[in-house]
Amino acid sequence: MKKFVAMLLALTLCLSAFVFTASAEIADVKLGVILLHDENSTYDLNFINGVNDAVKALGLSEEQVIMKRNIPESQECTDAALDLADEGCNIIFANSFGHETYLLDAAKQCPDVQFCHATGTMAHTEGVENFHNAFAAIYEGRYLAGVAAGLKLNELKEAGLLKGEKPLMGYVGAFTYAEVISGYTSFYLGAKSVCPDVEMKVQFTGSWYDYNEEKNAATALIAAGCDLISQHADSMGAPSACEDANIPNVSYNGSTVESCPNTFIVASRIDWAPYFQYIVNQVANGEKIDADWTGTIATGSVVLTAVNEQAAAAGTVAKLDEVKAALEAGTVKVFDTAAEGFITVGGAALTTYLADVDTDAAFTPDTEAVADGYFHESEYRSAPYFDVRIDGIEMLNQMF
Amino acid sequence: MSEQKKRAAHEPLFHLAKRTDVNPVRAWVIRLVAILLGMLACGLVAFALIEKLNQNPEKITDFYYSFIKGSFTTERKLWKFLKNMAILQCISLAVTPAFRMRFWNIGAEGQTLMGVLGSITVAFYLGGKIPEWQLLILMFIAALIYGAVWAVIPALFKAKWNTNETLFTLMMNYVATYVVSYFLVIWVPSGSSTLGKLKFGKLPPLPFGNQYLLIILIVLALTVFLFIYLKYSKQGYEISVVGESIRTAQYSGINVEKVIIRTMVVSGLLCGLAGYLIGAGLDQSVTTESVGGQGFTAIIVSWLANFNPIVMIITSALISFLNSGAAQISQDFNVSGALPDVIVGIILFFIIGCEFFINYKMVFRHAANGKGAAK
Repeated sequence: MKKFVAMLLALTLCLSAFVFTASAEIADVKLGVILLHDENSTYDLNFINGVNDAVKALGLSEEQVIMKRNIPESQECTDAALDLADEGCNIIFANSFGHETYLLDAAKQCPDVQFCHATGTMAHTEGVENFHNAFAAIYEGRYLAGVAAGLKLNELKEAGLLKGEKPLMGYVGAFTYAEVISGYTSFYLGAKSVCPDVEMKVQFTGSWYDYNEEKNAATALIAAGCDLISQHADSMGAPSACEDANIPNVSYNGSTVESCPNTFIVASRIDWAPYFQYIVNQVANGEKIDADWTGTIATGSVVLTAVNEQAAAAGTVAKLDEVKAALEAGTVKVFDTAAEGFITVGGAALTTYLADVDTDAAFTPDTEAVADGYFHESEYRSAPYFDVRIDGIEMLNQMF
Repeated sequence: MSEQKKRAAHEPLFHLAKRTDVNPVRAWVIRLVAILLGMLACGLVAFALIEKLNQNPEKITDFYYSFIKGSFTTERKLWKFLKNMAILQCISLAVTPAFRMRFWNIGAEGQTLMGVLGSITVAFYLGGKIPEWQLLILMFIAALIYGAVWAVIPALFKAKWNTNETLFTLMMNYVATYVVSYFLVIWVPSGSSTLGKLKFGKLPPLPFGNQYLLIILIVLALTVFLFIYLKYSKQGYEISVVGESIRTAQYSGINVEKVIIRTMVVSGLLCGLAGYLIGAGLDQSVTTESVGGQGFTAIIVSWLANFNPIVMIITSALISFLNSGAAQISQDFNVSGALPDVIVGIILFFIIGCEFFINYKMVFRHAANGKGAAK
């Protein structure tokens, strides 16, 4: 009986502690943000804008947000996170893929603080309660951007302005990595959905941020006969090469219309503000943060910039609205493996694919991703894992 | 017109004269004044650049407090400051023997990076397969070999074919970066080129004190060792003689080629050790940014200390203090990450600039005349 009473008491104590944390208010939340670079990188700027928008929307004060810039992917990241915890932050966010293992270390040392990491892959398998991953289904945005590209190619074709017989797109990628492969494939499929005979060449740079390499890659693709260029890299290299050569460009991370008024069509980007709002609200309400959160076009996490009417094909805006509604409703699937001839590998339809969802040292594929007529991207974890090499896309190099 | 007046008309307002007697106390006073002036200049620049400060001038005290706050307000910050200082000091010690020989080795960045790569290569392939203590020893040996090889290549070329060591060591930095990129591509089949923290090969912390204490003590011991080596050993003396004049060295029977190569091996070994401390002691991983420019900062640290290992403790502390203080300012005032670089740059400008006033004096026309008359 004594034991039972003791247990009951312990239980009440635990529960009251839980209730106590649950009653925390939004004024008690302090958000620490660790950034790999600063405003000069379009990637980091996108996060800074996301934080500022969320701060405005939630009515947080200046003192409730601390940003640490230029934190490398090393022990420095653990130190920075622990320092933020010392300063009283109860949510700590880091924005670079390479921060993950170091942030995880800090999370183990501070079990009372919530740690959130963008683009990472380990939260759903590590089982550390206060460590969370987040990403957005950016492939939906890429698909929409691809539709705009396909419409432009159709326009060029009708006007007889194609460089070759078939419409050809060029793509500047950073690394031969699932995030990039998923990105350019969804972009290609978007274009193919309106322009069925389109083909694409991809050139990798081996760096996330290298103005000269990206510009050179875009210039080489243009010289190889590409009618339109898009990119997954963080500098202005590819857009400016396009403006110089007067080749239409579909951009990423943000609008480049100011420097490229004649060639910029549209850009897709991840809006991080909904995620920041989500984590702040969860902590304020004492609720759990998802171990692995995926923003979508429906949550407002995947957005397109305004279409530049000067460069885009006529009717682009209307068509994008239509496809966007269909994606939100789920009637259009980006990686649609059921539609005949849409996604093929070596001429055959894609009916099965083991993706590497759970991170392990050997990167072993572990999860069947094709089911119900489409590839389930970003459903088993937030970070992309589509890395199938499909027909119609030629990789010019893939050493990276 | 009198002869004296005519001379005065031709004479410039002031001229510079080299000081023959540099009083060390006076020199340190000048340096201190320079740092304070540099801080003052930073405050002015901050007023111009930071909007928040511009609107609330009274916040300038916060600005200066941030400098202190960056390194000293919490125990964690203090240990981090000491750790940063120790790593910087280690690389600065590494460049010093070559500098004393007037061998302008600016390849410490690449040599240290190779040291990191060496230790991580061992940890990557053997981690978990052999006992941790054996792994740590092999990592240590690999780091030293990688660092020494990277340093000895330019030394051999210098000794045999008299190539320009500054350009050669500089280029070796870039080669090292690409060697690291190459291995990251091979090691990470998912294509992200991010190795992440490895599970094995962590230098265990001492049973007492902070996790960084071991690194700090190692570097402290090394500082004393290098001081003795350079000042009291035969090899240290040979380095100084070669630095003074190669001809003299040859005349006194010193094998200059041998000294150059041997000294660069020492530099490379020390860089390798710094790489080991970063690889096994801190990051347990390697990226192209593992050294993060400290190989270049070390040149200034060593130079400002006049190549004296003991004085270097002060200069490396100063640079680490400035770096963490400037980063704290960026955080507290929520301004771009470029501002810390500007602040550190301004202060370094004053510190390096003041060396000029320590070694030269300005002689004004009247003062010169007065002196002349007194004679």
